[in-house]
Amino acid sequence: MSSPLSASAASGTNLATEVADPGTRATATQHEHPDSSNGLEKTIVKSYKAPIAFAIFTVIALVLFVVLGRDGVSTFRLSNDNDLIQLPALGVPTRIAGIVATVLLAVIAVLAYLRVRADRHVPLWLTSLFGVLFLFGFLAWAAAGQTLPVPGLLVGTVSLSVPLIFGAMGGVISERVGVVNVAIEGQLLAGAFASAVVASITGQPLLGLVVAMIAGALVSFVLAAFAIKYLVDQVIVGVVLNVLVIGLTNFLYSQVLSKNAEVLNSPPRFDRINIPVLSEIPIIGPTLFRQTIVVYLMYIGVAAVYFALFHTKWGLRVRAVGEHPQAADTVGINVSGTRFWNVLLAGAIAGLGGAYFTLGSVGAFNKEMTAGAGYIALAAVIFGQWDPIRATLAALLFGFASNLQNVLGIIGSPVPSEFMLMLPYVLTIFAVAGLVGRSRGPAASGRPYIKA
Amino acid sequence: MSDTAAAQPAPKSNQVLRDIMGGSVVISILAVVLALIAGGILIALTDPGVQAASGYFFSRPGDTLSAIWTSVSGAYGALFQGSVVNFGATTFANAIKPLTNTLTFATPLIAAGLGVGLAFRAGMFNIGGQGQMLIAAAAAGWVGYSFPLPYGIHLILAVAAGIAGGAIWGGIVGFLKARTGAHEVIVTIMLNYVAVYLVSYMLRTPGLLQAPGSNNPKTPAMLPSAVYPDLLGPGFNLHAGLIVSIAATIFVWWLLNRSSLGFKFRAVGQNPNAARVAGIDVKRSYITVMLLSGGLVGLAGVAQVLGTVTSGFSSGIDAGIGFDAITVALLGRSKPWGIFVAGILFGAFKAGGFAMQAGQGIPVDIVLVVQSLIVLFIAAPPLVRAVFRLPTPGVASKKKPAPKQIAVAAK
Repeated sequence: MSSPLSASAASGTNLATEVADPGTRATATQHEHPDSSNGLEKTIVKSYKAPIAFAIFTVIALVLFVVLGRDGVSTFRLSNDNDLIQLPALGVPTRIAGIVATVLLAVIAVLAYLRVRADRHVPLWLTSLFGVLFLFGFLAWAAAGQTLPVPGLLVGTVSLSVPLIFGAMGGVISERVGVVNVAIEGQLLAGAFASAVVASITGQPLLGLVVAMIAGALVSFVLAAFAIKYLVDQVIVGVVLNVLVIGLTNFLYSQVLSKNAEVLNSPPRFDRINIPVLSEIPIIGPTLFRQTIVVYLMYIGVAAVYFALFHTKWGLRVRAVGEHPQAADTVGINVSGTRFWNVLLAGAIAGLGGAYFTLGSVGAFNKEMTAGAGYIALAAVIFGQWDPIRATLAALLFGFASNLQNVLGIIGSPVPSEFMLMLPYVLTIFAVAGLVGRSRGPAASGRPYIKA
Repeated sequence: MSDTAAAQPAPKSNQVLRDIMGGSVVISILAVVLALIAGGILIALTDPGVQAASGYFFSRPGDTLSAIWTSVSGAYGALFQGSVVNFGATTFANAIKPLTNTLTFATPLIAAGLGVGLAFRAGMFNIGGQGQMLIAAAAAGWVGYSFPLPYGIHLILAVAAGIAGGAIWGGIVGFLKARTGAHEVIVTIMLNYVAVYLVSYMLRTPGLLQAPGSNNPKTPAMLPSAVYPDLLGPGFNLHAGLIVSIAATIFVWWLLNRSSLGFKFRAVGQNPNAARVAGIDVKRSYITVMLLSGGLVGLAGVAQVLGTVTSGFSSGIDAGIGFDAITVALLGRSKPWGIFVAGILFGAFKAGGFAMQAGQGIPVDIVLVVQSLIVLFIAAPPLVRAVFRLPTPGVASKKKPAPKQIAVAAK
């Protein structure tokens, strides 16, 4: 079963390198090319993908903000009532904001076109600027005649992103070491379940965190055992593990937890900790520094994963094993061992994300409460090009999209909420199709290593 | 077992014999047994009676054992009676009613399993069953309720619309894979969500799929002319979708084993680079196989809306069949008739699981656990061999001195 899929994955990788986008190549410094036989890699291929994408979005902006433009004043509320430093609300006339945004978008699109024609790449900051401008135009258009609470929008974004980011970190480590981690969903759910039960029984949320890590690692253990020892296709194990964990937690929830909810399923929640001074910065303070300990752990975790992956011996080994296991083996790295322990670590990190559901946001375990967050985390890994920082940004973007849908639902959105919810998935499809930058995973990801 | 395993280079005609004797069927059966044992342990551990009796285990161990027996045998007894034969029934028709329920549940599982299995054979992993089913259900359902047509024509048209819907949703994946190298696993997962939101948007929007005059996200009932006819009369749920699924099984068998297209698929699945060198258009194969795969999965969506739930459907119409289909295809080892048998087995689990929940109060989710364990065990034959201490074919064969003779004997 493993051979057809790995073979197809290999051909997919080749295709992806052929259509590599020069726009992102310069920024993606951490990617090693496993076989230098591909000499074409050095030659610059003109890719008009970025300008074309910009042009499409500019046309959308033109239609939405100008042709279908709405009249009125869009107000952005920038602080909450109880903030120390009060910022005045920002009011902009909707139609003018739309026109200005569209003109600026068009300018960026032309700029991008000129750069590509001159054999230069489109820098990441230009893409980011384009995104922010489009977002501003969209928000102004959506909030015509209404007040948009910006702090609430951002706080909700972080809250929805936390499990995604933990899951994405688990995915990044696992895929970097060469094991495709589709089981993030299962790891999150196992973490949520275990932490809810243990924190309820002991009354110690910190103990719940530890057990969540163990539970996530346990799911990873099954994944690692089947993928590394029995050489079963990693995607299959991942999908089946997700079903297994859903079945197990659903069963135990109905059979045990719901019958004795006070004792087993009423975990204490972490309190919010306000960081002195930082928490009083307008907008940023309430968003980032009035959070629970799980969120602060996440900040540390992302930085640690980034630093360790690219600046330590451990990270070098992990990446070597994921890119070229034979070479790693030749220089004396234990490929199976490295994969095994790091997949376990990935599961533990994803398990922490599961704990956030029960100890941070919701408060009690529920059937299938992760609701596909693991798959979105997987999407963030790919959208973020297997890089911890980019994956985190992708997860934040996905969290923002789903929270925007909530906020716009309250103030009355002109766009059906389903289309907002669809956005992360559509973006991911574009990303893997190579329309937004290049998408190339670690070379040996998904392929079992059989020592010759 | 070890004898025939030595006959690895035997001709293709020995495939079936080799499969049976070579252990794959044995492994499959043992995997099912192992999974059922694990499920039984789970049922026993969470049973209140067992927990009460285990409190005084060391004074009266018999109580604990009998409580375990009561809970596990009660659960699996209910599972069996809910899926095969109801011993308590007074009439023959009622006695075999569980079996017809099993076949009804198996109908979409077989169709979707065939779709997933076909993609497997070409080296593609179609996890997009949910999305393909939803789009197919929306298409078939829309044709099924919106315009009255003569009997027969209407049904054929609705089925065709469903197949086309699933094929398009699957074809997108093949197209993106062929053109851009986008990995189909990611694209199918993402398209599942896109389909869920798209269909739920259409279901709550008047003029698209929502029933007129209703506020619920639900379609109108299907017109009688577009509904699969009942096979055993109105007293049973079994509908003509089963015949379609059987026909699909025969079609896929023919496609894979007798047609040149199927040969190309298998060649691509075995080794795309070799297939390319041999002159097969690999990219085109990806598109074709995903179109066919999506169409087959779409057939499962059709069976749901035109057969099982004809009173109009909502967004949960796929009922997890898209994911179950993966396990069905794996259990059936991606072979058409294997998938057929696996589909019926999992249909029995579904039918029996609901009976078990109603009769014994054991959550139907235990079925998910058993199903996924079956697939895990089947995927790792060395594990099952280790548990049951079976000989490993490759290792044992080395002791046999003359593989030539065995190959001759096998002929």
